Amino acid sequence: MQKLFDIPRDLMTEEELMQPGGLSCQGCGATLAMKLALKGLGERTVVVIPACCWTIIIGTYPHCTLQVPVIHVPFETAAVAASGIRAAFDVRGEKDVVVMAWAGDGGTFDIGLQALSGAAERNEDILYVCYDNEAYMNTGIQRSSATPPGAWTTTTPPGAIKEEPKKDIVKIMLAHGTPYVATASVAYPDDLVAKFRKVRRIKGTKFIHLLSPCPPGWRIDSSQSVKVARMATQANVFPIYEIENGGYTVNVVPEKKLPVKDYMEAQGRFRMISKEMLNAVQDRVDRRWEQLLENSAAP
Amino acid sequence: MRQVIKGNHAVSHGVRLSRVKVISAYPITPQTTIVEQLSEMCASGELEAKFIKVESEHSAMAAVVGSASAGVRSFTATSSHGLLLMHEVLHWTAGARLPIVLANVNRAVGPGWNIWADQTDSLSQRDTGWIQFYCESNQEVLDSVIMGYRLAEKVMLPVMLSYDAFFLSHTSEIVDVPDIEQVDEFLPPYEPEFRLDVNKPRMFGGMVGPDCYYEERYVMFRDALKVLDIYPQVCEQFHAVFGREYDVVEEYRTEEAEIILVTAGTITSVSRIAVDRARGEGKKVGLMKLRLFRPLPIERWQKVLGNAAKVVVIDRDLCAGLGGVFASEIRSALYPLTNRSVLFSFIAGLGGRDVTPEDVEGMINYAAANEEPETMPLFWGLKGDQGGNHAETL
Repeated sequence: MQKLFDIPRDLMTEEELMQPGGLSCQGCGATLAMKLALKGLGERTVVVIPACCWTIIIGTYPHCTLQVPVIHVPFETAAVAASGIRAAFDVRGEKDVVVMAWAGDGGTFDIGLQALSGAAERNEDILYVCYDNEAYMNTGIQRSSATPPGAWTTTTPPGAIKEEPKKDIVKIMLAHGTPYVATASVAYPDDLVAKFRKVRRIKGTKFIHLLSPCPPGWRIDSSQSVKVARMATQANVFPIYEIENGGYTVNVVPEKKLPVKDYMEAQGRFRMISKEMLNAVQDRVDRRWEQLLENSAAP
Repeated sequence: MRQVIKGNHAVSHGVRLSRVKVISAYPITPQTTIVEQLSEMCASGELEAKFIKVESEHSAMAAVVGSASAGVRSFTATSSHGLLLMHEVLHWTAGARLPIVLANVNRAVGPGWNIWADQTDSLSQRDTGWIQFYCESNQEVLDSVIMGYRLAEKVMLPVMLSYDAFFLSHTSEIVDVPDIEQVDEFLPPYEPEFRLDVNKPRMFGGMVGPDCYYEERYVMFRDALKVLDIYPQVCEQFHAVFGREYDVVEEYRTEEAEIILVTAGTITSVSRIAVDRARGEGKKVGLMKLRLFRPLPIERWQKVLGNAAKVVVIDRDLCAGLGGVFASEIRSALYPLTNRSVLFSFIAGLGGRDVTPEDVEGMINYAAANEEPETMPLFWGLKGDQGGNHAETL
């Protein structure tokens, strides 16, 4: 099992493909994630952005914070627009260019799932990244199918707090036989950059599920984003692992397991969770962690 | 080389001859044989293109938005519900100024399910910013694909060519399939000024505020109108290479015509027979075939129709609450004229019901016998209480 300190330390290049001037909220996980992702990918990358926070973060015309080609596409089309771009770059003989779809959880778990499923089934040679802030944050914190149980959103107000478990997007992608599926977090930047560097040489569909804290949506102080993201991993709510051609590797093993309660109490959005629901979440988290360890131990 | 081929295969050959590089499509009756043949052409290497077999029409359109943005010639084809599912991306394609060509087989919209000819599908997309052509023959279909790319790439707007389900899509006609070298002479390789390029990073389609959006749309409107100047040049170049001509409208026996029929698609062919018969009886009847529908060739319509006492518009489409879409647009185009023709609006042949030369003769006779039209359209051939064919209005 790979540990964090095993990851090479030469990943943090000084070159910045993301420039200042973005329009994100303070402490935005998605912004830090893009900065790190591009360090791994380098400049021969095309970024495909459906409707999501990054539609705004990147800047309004004529400004753009990224120094790679970017195309904005309709909400539900990130994976398929990326497929079309891939085909065109292949036709043009530019096979080394990475086409990265960069979508939020709404654009991935919900409205974009059909196109993503199609692209994964065709095993398109694209990288699909879901930066998951666990709700429709750009439109003002509405529930998505990535919203965890117990969370307040503007469409799961007091009295109607979300009860349903979060959709398991990793398993959905694995069910397509996707060659590379991984999770990553802004709290583990070395691991994140290493994964984005690695996918450059993997053929077929690559999917990275990236936890992306959102201070206004999670009801946390903007200084706490990275800390809360780290707690998510330490509590096994968001384990960091990868599955390459079916083989599991857990990249980050928490030295001391944190109760889910601690992770939730660090955020305002879980203030209304009931004890029963919290226990149910803790059970589910434990079960899934055990399963993950079993999967990674399998030969 | 002259071949006997179906309308759908005319499209496939048009795509092959245009050296399209990326195709994306989703099957829908009656479009399927286009993409089946294109799949075979790609598989055999006869056409060097990537065919992305997507999971929906929405995705088909979005895939070619991606490929065209990366600077390669791209194609899709659909029909009816498929076109309607594309609606969001149709707007996006035109706004993104991508010169994609789309072949739409005009088919009725459900419910109830109906796979036969009806032009409501493409007419309901008339505000998306696409250039629209309506075709009458398989030759016109093939030629329109090639001409479509030439025009689209000159004005950087997408082209939708429509033709009737089964009457053309599955009917064989003699078509002159040109040599690819001849087509190369007419249609140069596509290399846009701006594309997704890692050596020249640019951003496409990002946020524009109220300070810019308005001007962006104005420019699109202005460029769409340029089609009216550029299309005749494209026609001239096409004629010089292939010897065939396709004007924005086609006039048939309109000299000194007192009644002029207006048709689009295959009802035109039927109406030619009716016009010939009427002329044979000494009636001064002519025909204007609509080919270019977006942008509206208003001045041409005014010129052709302005001198006729009566204009008879036949719509194989229906907008509830309005009537015939073509009639509505012709009426608007004629409105500025001081001596306006009297306009008779007929709905006919919805959902693939046959429209015969006798039907068209009936419409001509109705217009000849009445000085003032009804306010609402006349539904020709509607089955009423008495059965049989009769014109009915509300």
